Amino acid sequence: MPQASALKPAYDVVIIGGGGHGVATAYYLAKYHGITNVAVLEKAYLGGGNTARNTAVIRSNYLTPQGVRFYSESVKLFERLSNEFDFNIMYSQRGQLTLAHTDATVRAFRQRAEVNKHFGGRTELIDPVDIGELVPTLNLSPAGLPVLAGLWHQDGATARHDAVAWGYAKGATQRGVELHQLTEVTGIEVEAGRVTGVQTNRGRVSAGCVVQAVAGHSAELAQLAGFQIPIVAYPLQAMVTQPVKPFLNPLVSSSALHCYVQQTSRGEIVFGGGSDPYPLYGTRSTLELKESLMASAVEMFPFMSEMRLMRQWAGITDMTSDYSPIMGLSPVENYYLDAGWGTWGFKATPISGVTMAQLIASGGKVPELIAPFSLDRFDAFRQVNEMGATAASH
Amino acid sequence: MKILSCPLNGPRNIAEFIYGGQVKEMPDPAQATDKQWAHYVFYEDSHIGIVREWWMHAPSSYWFIAERHNQSDEVLRTYDPSELFGLRESPASASDLKQDSAEVS
Repeated sequence: MPQASALKPAYDVVIIGGGGHGVATAYYLAKYHGITNVAVLEKAYLGGGNTARNTAVIRSNYLTPQGVRFYSESVKLFERLSNEFDFNIMYSQRGQLTLAHTDATVRAFRQRAEVNKHFGGRTELIDPVDIGELVPTLNLSPAGLPVLAGLWHQDGATARHDAVAWGYAKGATQRGVELHQLTEVTGIEVEAGRVTGVQTNRGRVSAGCVVQAVAGHSAELAQLAGFQIPIVAYPLQAMVTQPVKPFLNPLVSSSALHCYVQQTSRGEIVFGGGSDPYPLYGTRSTLELKESLMASAVEMFPFMSEMRLMRQWAGITDMTSDYSPIMGLSPVENYYLDAGWGTWGFKATPISGVTMAQLIASGGKVPELIAPFSLDRFDAFRQVNEMGATAASH
Repeated sequence: MKILSCPLNGPRNIAEFIYGGQVKEMPDPAQATDKQWAHYVFYEDSHIGIVREWWMHAPSSYWFIAERHNQSDEVLRTYDPSELFGLRESPASASDLKQDSAEVS
C-alpha cells in the first residue's frame, strides 16, 4: 500500500475513520463512481478500532425486513470479496446456530426464519436431534436450560476482520485514494449549515463533503459538527483461548446465556457476550464479565474448562435504542453519517461502503436500502426495532 | 470487584446494582412537541466527562443518583434522589401543576 505523504489542502471527500466502513466507502467511491480525490483520516492505524475488536461474525438472520434486506446484501458481497481484492480475507461460510431455551424464543426464531427466507437468506428452525448431529460437542442442557430448538443460518460465516480492512484499503489506495494514519480530526468547520473542512492534528483540509465512519465515539464526533445523535457508548467484551484441534465448525450462540462461541481457523476459541451493564467510554475488562462469560461458555462446551484463556479485550459499541444503525444525511449539509454500529458493524462493512458511496456520489440522494436508518427516524418515532441484534434480549 | 457506594446500604458489589439511564429533565408530556419528547426519550448527554445517572440497588429496590465519570468509571458521589427532587409540593391542585409546567417549558 502506498504511503500517503503530506495532506493536500483540499479533497472532494474526507472520510473520518480508517476502519472497515471508512475504507470500504472510499473503495466503492473510487471503483464505481470514479471519485478518487478522497482522504481517509484515521487517528490511529488502519482497522485498529472496532474492526479489530469484533468477533468477525457475518450473518443476516435479523428480525426486521429492513435489517434483513440490508444485511443479506452484505453477506452476498462478503462471499466474493477475496476474489475481488485478489487478497485472501479467509472468508469461511460455516453456518451460524442460535439456540432457543424458551417457547418465547422459539416463536421469535420462527419469525426470524420466515423473514430471512422471504428475503433470500437460508435460515431454518431445527430440532435438538439435528443440533446434536451438527455440533456433537455441545451440551444440550447448558446451565439447566434445555435446548428446545435452534435457528440454523446456513449463510452464517466468518472472515479475518483485519484482512477486510486491508483489502479495501489496498483497492482504494491503488485507485488513488489517500489513507492518512495518525491523523486525528480535532474540529469540523461548518459555515451556514454546510460543512467546509476539518481540522486535524496535522493541519486543516477543505472538504467538498465529509463522512463520519468512526465507532465508539460517533456521538462525540457529531458534537464537533454541532449536532447530537442518539447513541450511548457501551463496552463489549470478548476473549480467546489457546488454539486446539478443530472440533467446532458452525458459529454457536445461546440466546439465554448471552454467549456466542466459535473456533477460528487457527484453532482458537473466540467467545463473547452482550454489552456491559452500563455505559462507558472505555475498553477495560471486568472480572464479573469474564467470570460470567467463561461460565456460560463452559456450560455450552463443558470440555472447555480444561482450556486456557489467551487474551481478552473490549471495544466501545455505539448503541442505538432500536439496535439499528444511523446512516445517511445529518443536520449539516454535505456531512454524512455512518454511525450507531453497536454490535452489528463488521457484518455490514461491504454494504455500508456501497451505500455510503452511492449517497456521496449522488450528492445526498439516500439509497433506498439505508433510508429506514435515517437519523430523523427517532424524531418521527419510526424506529427499526432490531431484536435480532447480538446485544438485544431475545 | 468494583464497589458502588449505595446511600441506603453502604458499599456493595456493583453487580448488585442496575443502571437506570441518565438523569434528564422531563418536558411536560401534555405540552411537549413530538420532537421534544423524542429528544427526551432517545437522546443522552454523550460528552466525555462526569454524568448524573439513576442507579438501583436491586435487592432493596432502592433508586438513587450517582455522579460518575464515563471514561475513568470513577464514581464521584452517590446520593438520595430527594437531594434533587425534594422540592415537589404536595398536594398540588391541577391549576398549580399547569402553571408550574408552563413556567418550566
